[in-house]
Amino acid sequence: MTERITAVINGKRFEGAVEPCQLLLDFLRGDLGLTSVKQSCEVQVCGACTVLVDGAPVSSCCFLACDIDGRQVETVDGLVGTAFHRAAADAFMRHAAVQCGFCTAGMILTAKALAGRGLARSPEQISRAMSGNLCRCTGYRSILDAVTEILREPGEDQQI
Amino acid sequence: MSGGTTAATPVRGSAAAVGRSVPRADGPLKLAGQAEFTGDIHVPGMLYGAVLRSTVAHARLLAVDTSAAAQVGGVHAILTGADLADLDPFYGHALRDRPIVAIDRVRFVGEPIAVVAAETQAAADLAAIKIDVDYGPLPAATSLAAALAADAPEVHDGPLRPGSAHGLGRLPDRDGNVCYRYTFERGNLDRAFDAAAVIVTGEYQFPAVYQYSMETHTTIAQYRGDEITLWSSCQHPFLVRQEIAELFGLPLDAVQLIVPFLGGGFGSKSYTKMEPIAVAIARQAGRPVRILNAVAESMVTTRRHNMRCTMRTAAAADGTLLGREAEVWLDTGAYADNGPRVTATAGDAAPGPYRWQAVRVGANCVYTNTSPAGSYRAFGATHLQWIGESQVDEVARRLAIDPLEIRRINLLRRGEEVRPGGKPLDADLVGDVEKAAAAIGWDDARPAWCGRGISVGLLAAGAHPVSTATVRMGPDGGVSVLVGTTELGQGARTVMAQIAAEVLGAPVERVTVRGTDTRYTPYDRSTGASRSTTVAGAAVQRAANEVLDALLETASMVLESAPSMLRIESGAIASGGRSVTHQELIRARFGFTGGELAGHGRVQPEGGSGSYAEGPVFWEVCVAGADVQVDPATGVVRVRRTSSVADVGTAINPQLIERQDEGATLQGIGNALFEEMCFTADGVLLNDTLLDYRVPSFEDMPTSMTCTIVENADGPGPFGAKGCGEGALAAVPAAIVNALADAGVPMRELPLTPERVWRRIQELSGETTEMGR
Repeated sequence: MTERITAVINGKRFEGAVEPCQLLLDFLRGDLGLTSVKQSCEVQVCGACTVLVDGAPVSSCCFLACDIDGRQVETVDGLVGTAFHRAAADAFMRHAAVQCGFCTAGMILTAKALAGRGLARSPEQISRAMSGNLCRCTGYRSILDAVTEILREPGEDQQI
Repeated sequence: MSGGTTAATPVRGSAAAVGRSVPRADGPLKLAGQAEFTGDIHVPGMLYGAVLRSTVAHARLLAVDTSAAAQVGGVHAILTGADLADLDPFYGHALRDRPIVAIDRVRFVGEPIAVVAAETQAAADLAAIKIDVDYGPLPAATSLAAALAADAPEVHDGPLRPGSAHGLGRLPDRDGNVCYRYTFERGNLDRAFDAAAVIVTGEYQFPAVYQYSMETHTTIAQYRGDEITLWSSCQHPFLVRQEIAELFGLPLDAVQLIVPFLGGGFGSKSYTKMEPIAVAIARQAGRPVRILNAVAESMVTTRRHNMRCTMRTAAAADGTLLGREAEVWLDTGAYADNGPRVTATAGDAAPGPYRWQAVRVGANCVYTNTSPAGSYRAFGATHLQWIGESQVDEVARRLAIDPLEIRRINLLRRGEEVRPGGKPLDADLVGDVEKAAAAIGWDDARPAWCGRGISVGLLAAGAHPVSTATVRMGPDGGVSVLVGTTELGQGARTVMAQIAAEVLGAPVERVTVRGTDTRYTPYDRSTGASRSTTVAGAAVQRAANEVLDALLETASMVLESAPSMLRIESGAIASGGRSVTHQELIRARFGFTGGELAGHGRVQPEGGSGSYAEGPVFWEVCVAGADVQVDPATGVVRVRRTSSVADVGTAINPQLIERQDEGATLQGIGNALFEEMCFTADGVLLNDTLLDYRVPSFEDMPTSMTCTIVENADGPGPFGAKGCGEGALAAVPAAIVNALADAGVPMRELPLTPERVWRRIQELSGETTEMGR
């Protein structure tokens, strides 16, 4: 038994079948080959599998693939080339906020969601808002510095 | 350091690659989500593996029935201990004590019993839970106390078999559950304690900790003909190759390890982990099989040793430290893994970097029926530094000496002996700790329930100094570095590129460093012990020097110039007003279709150049300061400020060094304040998800983190460099413990959970009231 869904994934229309119990994480990685979405804790704590669904960050390890029916999904692959990604990549590079890279895509997507909502601006607010994204390498400060910078100077195509 | 350079010493231009915060070479790929990790790889025909793990801590395996599992659609193969009869199925680089899967007995909750390979992960998972295991329970020793009791059940019986890569000389015989013991004694301890004005004595507990690399252990194995190919998230590919070849009876060259990017390691991926199981099931299935651990599985694959320690320290009235005695028991779980080395390193860390009249240390590696413990960043040093340093502070408190001053009095100076026969101290510890203290405002006023602490330690770093590397310059002048160091996030590929670029005068963006493929990448012992920059980096430097020699030789002819007149410029070599590019030099040497210049570099303990004969390769400095605040109503400890000192000889890439220290600082905060794996009396790990096992998040960051880089060009590595990245993890918990004691709450058990701290505050206020009466 499968379920037919229609969704917009990274700006492209997707129409196809998914298993009713299939996780969004497995669908994106396994069916679509979007391996930028990482699997780690599997309990919605670490944020490595973060994707945006209608602009909001969700843990794809705890989100059913069939629930993206009629919605828009973004992974970091879809952001590459946008002004936001250029600004984020530039800030992450200057602050050396990338180490092993396993958390990086999730961090950028959460930052993108924050940029879209305009709610978090101060480092304290950003720390709280991003506490659902873990990083074991950097000690966070460089990521916080990079994200604070990109949220202060929003790119051009921020509307979600 | 000598590096086989040419007779001429050419003048260098300004195109320096070393000493600059060169942006990470792998940054753009990782930012675009395009960096490939083992779990992203799909090998044609690949099956998915699932491991059935023991639910009891100690039992005989009476029967393993796979018949129902075999009926699940999509299942191709099921492996149990019975399928390994044609092999000697035991592995372990230190002690060869661990079967690929349980043979006739399980020794911890989580031990692999069987493996299924199926067309989908779901089918494999379903089949694995349909395997029926009949256990014959045995008495279990699930804690240090239980394992050391007089009538303790033995986790292993029979004599120990040494593994092939422990490097600890002749191993002693097993003594009950003690599988390794490391001891040393110098001076007359009784005399030192008899002369003491102050003696501090205590018993201390350190918890089991999970490394949590975000990428869990992941391995793909293919067994085709008489050749094995492995894609694996491993830190030491060449040592894994050796163990796999030994296990499966193949020559080394028939085993190929391919290592993509690693999603963190921190020691959890050192030595052999899931590779034997993956190879065994791939052999059974006749198809490639992927094993990708869940977090709960990686937690029982390896962890940091929990530990009990008794220590006493004697000092004279003027603050001179006289003697120290320590006895250490490290819980290595059911299999030794790297336990013996961790034990030796913990023993070495026990005295701390001080001048003693007498020292006696005994460190014991103890088997228990819990999950195996192995390497985790700064092992041994993290275990012991907070204990030794808290005793130094207690001595200082009792004698009313400033903690900084007592360290000035007693710290070893450069050139003094650290341990008999080894490398003398190669760093300025007094200068380092003064910097750490200054960075947290040492002399500022301390508000109530706030405290400041400092700590100093040393970590024997560099492991066994064997690394080789090849540097190739192609017809277009592009440079490729082949080096077996694993990129696990620390920035090794960037640093290796900088070293080669610096030697050659090549623009750093023209130097490429890729992952290891043991079939083509020259041998490197391991990625750990802060050794990559210092040891593998020296091999790269020497290899690049060979290429440079060839370039200079050709340039001398092309430019009709004496070698001593040549100048190294960016991507070119010049003499007088003329300059030739690397590309032109290669064409000049080989003809217009070009060719390739390749150089080989080698580091070895003896018979080579440089100071690699004396162990350790260098002493990694572990120095930090912390400023904490404790809420007496709740026991919550908040780390407000930290400082660390990266004493690196020469900073190849300052920004990467700062990031190493910041990452280690946050891990230190987690280790000190809240990380703890909790086992029941039945040996079950209670907090086996990140919901229950908390690691530091953004909100645990101190308000201020300072990393001071110290450059005295005193390292044995390239350009005077020495490694870093572990010291802060050993030093930060010690500084936090000392800061909390300074705030009025001395603690002897980690982690410093609110409950534990609150109870201690109640105890202390009770004591004060008693005394007041």
